[in-house]
Amino acid sequence: MKFGICINEGPYTHQASDTAYQFTKAALEKGHEIFRVFFYHDGVNNGTRLTTPPQDERHIVNRWTELAEKHSLDLVVCVAAAQRRGIVDADEQKRQGKDANNLAPGFRISGLGQLIEAGIQSDRLVVFGD
Amino acid sequence: MLLHTINKSPLVNNALSTCLRMAKDGSGILFIEDGVYGALTGTEITAVVEKAMKTKKVYALEPDVKARGVQDRVIKGVQLVDYSGFVDLTTEYDKVESWL
Repeated sequence: MKFGICINEGPYTHQASDTAYQFTKAALEKGHEIFRVFFYHDGVNNGTRLTTPPQDERHIVNRWTELAEKHSLDLVVCVAAAQRRGIVDADEQKRQGKDANNLAPGFRISGLGQLIEAGIQSDRLVVFGD
Repeated sequence: MLLHTINKSPLVNNALSTCLRMAKDGSGILFIEDGVYGALTGTEITAVVEKAMKTKKVYALEPDVKARGVQDRVIKGVQLVDYSGFVDLTTEYDKVESWL
């Protein structure tokens, strides 16, 4: 079955991102397809590569990046939510004249249409939030 | 039929009571995260959940139950599932509604 995943909360504050990760991982292990993972609202904070938790703690951002590499996942960060929260890729850095970018590997920035498409293309859209 | 997920304790907000008001007979209710407090005996909401169980299937995410140390207090008849079981439930029901 084809799944779309939407994550509305950031890492380390709410359990939503952890639950979404465990769900996504379990779905992949069962042979299901993940059409897209869409990070919306505070969920965009799951996509900054500057995140540096203590070494003995789970690294929520890297965990997504690694899962994406292993399964060619499409991790999409909402552009409007990202701009508000300072999540920037190289293109946005240039366009907005910023002095840095911080989008983690495996993520890409795009629009809300990507969530709508995930809802249409997937058999199930599962939303994780607060 | 819908699978409804509840991720907050029913003692904190009214997501569960709103969900139960809307949910059709035969639908599924899955307690995840702090929502698992809704699946316990001896709370203000226990009787409401037990009544709902007569017409709806009620599940709780076992890792979240265990993380909170409340596995000995789960209402009899509530089916515990792991993440793999969570995925299965989303495929068995037609749609998933997350009551956030």
